[in-house]
Amino acid sequence: MHATTRLLSLSSIDLLIVALYFAVVLGIGFYLKRFTKTGEDFFLAGRDMTAWIAGLSFLAANLGSLELMGWAGSAYQYGILATHWYWIGAIPAMLFLGIIMMPFYYISKTHSVPGYLKLRYSEPARALSAISFGFMTVLMSGINMFAMAKVMQVVLGWDIGFSIWVSSLTVALYVTLGGLLSAIFNEVLQCILIWAGALLIPILGLIEAGGWNGMVNKIQQRLHDPTYTHLWSTLGSFSDNPMGIHWTGIVFGLAWVISFGYWTTDFLVVQRVLAARDLRSARMAPIIASVFKMAVPIIVILPGLLGLAVLPMKLVPESSAAAAAGAPSYNAVLPLMLARYCGPGLLGLGITALIAGFMSGMAGNVTAFSTVWTYDIYRPMFRKQAPDAHYVAMGRWCTIIGVMISIGTAYLVMQFASIMDYVQALFSFFIAPLFGTVILGMMWKRATSAGGFWGLLAGTLGSVGMYAWVKIDPTALRYVALSPHAKALAEDMYRALWSWILCVVVTVVVSYMTKPKPLAELSGLVYGVTPLPSEEALPLWKRPIFWAVIVAIVFVIVNIIFW
Amino acid sequence: MHKPGMISIWFFIGLLLLAYGVIITAAGVHDLLVPPEHALVLANLHAGIWWGGFLFLVGLFYSIYFRPSRTK
Repeated sequence: MHATTRLLSLSSIDLLIVALYFAVVLGIGFYLKRFTKTGEDFFLAGRDMTAWIAGLSFLAANLGSLELMGWAGSAYQYGILATHWYWIGAIPAMLFLGIIMMPFYYISKTHSVPGYLKLRYSEPARALSAISFGFMTVLMSGINMFAMAKVMQVVLGWDIGFSIWVSSLTVALYVTLGGLLSAIFNEVLQCILIWAGALLIPILGLIEAGGWNGMVNKIQQRLHDPTYTHLWSTLGSFSDNPMGIHWTGIVFGLAWVISFGYWTTDFLVVQRVLAARDLRSARMAPIIASVFKMAVPIIVILPGLLGLAVLPMKLVPESSAAAAAGAPSYNAVLPLMLARYCGPGLLGLGITALIAGFMSGMAGNVTAFSTVWTYDIYRPMFRKQAPDAHYVAMGRWCTIIGVMISIGTAYLVMQFASIMDYVQALFSFFIAPLFGTVILGMMWKRATSAGGFWGLLAGTLGSVGMYAWVKIDPTALRYVALSPHAKALAEDMYRALWSWILCVVVTVVVSYMTKPKPLAELSGLVYGVTPLPSEEALPLWKRPIFWAVIVAIVFVIVNIIFW
Repeated sequence: MHKPGMISIWFFIGLLLLAYGVIITAAGVHDLLVPPEHALVLANLHAGIWWGGFLFLVGLFYSIYFRPSRTK
């Protein structure tokens, strides 16, 4: 399957840069194999990461295949509103994880989020969470794999099968060799390369556009629409902004349920923090990551806005007939900006950044999947007592099998492209209710085992039900998303919010109807019965809360600046 | 994150940035001496030279500061 047209052509120098990257990530995998002997090494990187390494890895695992290109495309389509997914849709949740939730994850010594549910609630809650997480993870991994390969086909003319196999087998190899240790090492490398490869575009773009004000003026001249460069002032009505969303959807759906659900309970990212070497490092890691997360719009959103200002052509929606006929889509804005400014060498570095983004996201999926499968599904359900080496071997096999299932999913999507439409909703099915279960478990002593399980199940089924309702009867959108004008993103947000509320209500009701666990069993798991280590002996500047307050202040200031 | 005998990840990053810095700077100098047929936007800024040089300096610092003989 070859593309007839492509946006970029790589020179031999660019290919050398890409090849060097692959050589180094594989070399790191082979080098680290000798340090990966026990289950603790393979699944939790020996719990030996510094705050900086865990923090950068935490951030990089989130930079999936389409993180860079997809959100740059969203910025081109929706304007600066896309920044909400990086600021209010991430920063408060990351700080909350570091300050409030991390002590319970870390002190309980759990190896996974489903593992925490087992300790706090019961085996059924863990099983439900582990199976839904495993399903979601390999499916998302396959979808992202296909999406990345598709982009490489459009941008570089690379064969889809070639992109899928080379990149995924590389990830499979280095993760199989070195486990989470290898994944984290490479994620830090990938994080640096993403910045090195992508930062030049906004720098040169702002020079060309005449700075921020020049860019804003150019966008307004071209679109005759002032709403593209305002973050909050256009959110008073669904119809006043390019995204068709209301501020309540952003604040309660995105910032509260989706963001807190993802950043505090999605094991894909939480696993990186669990690998920290002590509680202080584990608490600092999300705070350090939040600083970089707040800066990511510079390399993702700004290029999209600059594309609106300086690109001579008009990009089209991905699903439009024009895109099918070969016109560049919104997602192509970043490669087009690369082609605009970057010659041989720099172009290779930019493409390496895109590939690194994909691989870091995939390694995150694969390591989380192998841990949850081995510790939360295989061990409790199939083989409870086995030597540590057996579980390490299972983790290695599971890595390979997880990648193979992902590749299979990618090929399935190639045949049935409509699958892409359905997976966007997966997050609201599984993560939003999980957040309700975890947060109640951590903060409310009265939550019972039965309450946790039935709440999680009700939230998940409720979310799937709402999705099906709108599919069968599109007029139901006015109830699910509060407006018939709501777009897909807005619908996802409100569905997540309702499923979270459903989970919480059912958990509370069932908990009051059932017998609570004795307090002694909740020590180390729940607020109020867990002795937390004092940080009074630490100087102020070494305390996580100090840095969290600084980040929070900067967060408020940037939101006001771009209001 | 140092297990006994383990080389720091920052050393690997330093080496890669060093290599990238050399390659990108060299490509930038080549473009300066032999301008390509189709010039890029802002080609007059010679981004390859200064961005490559920046990567080279960062890579050099990390390679030296986190060299195995010092951190192992």
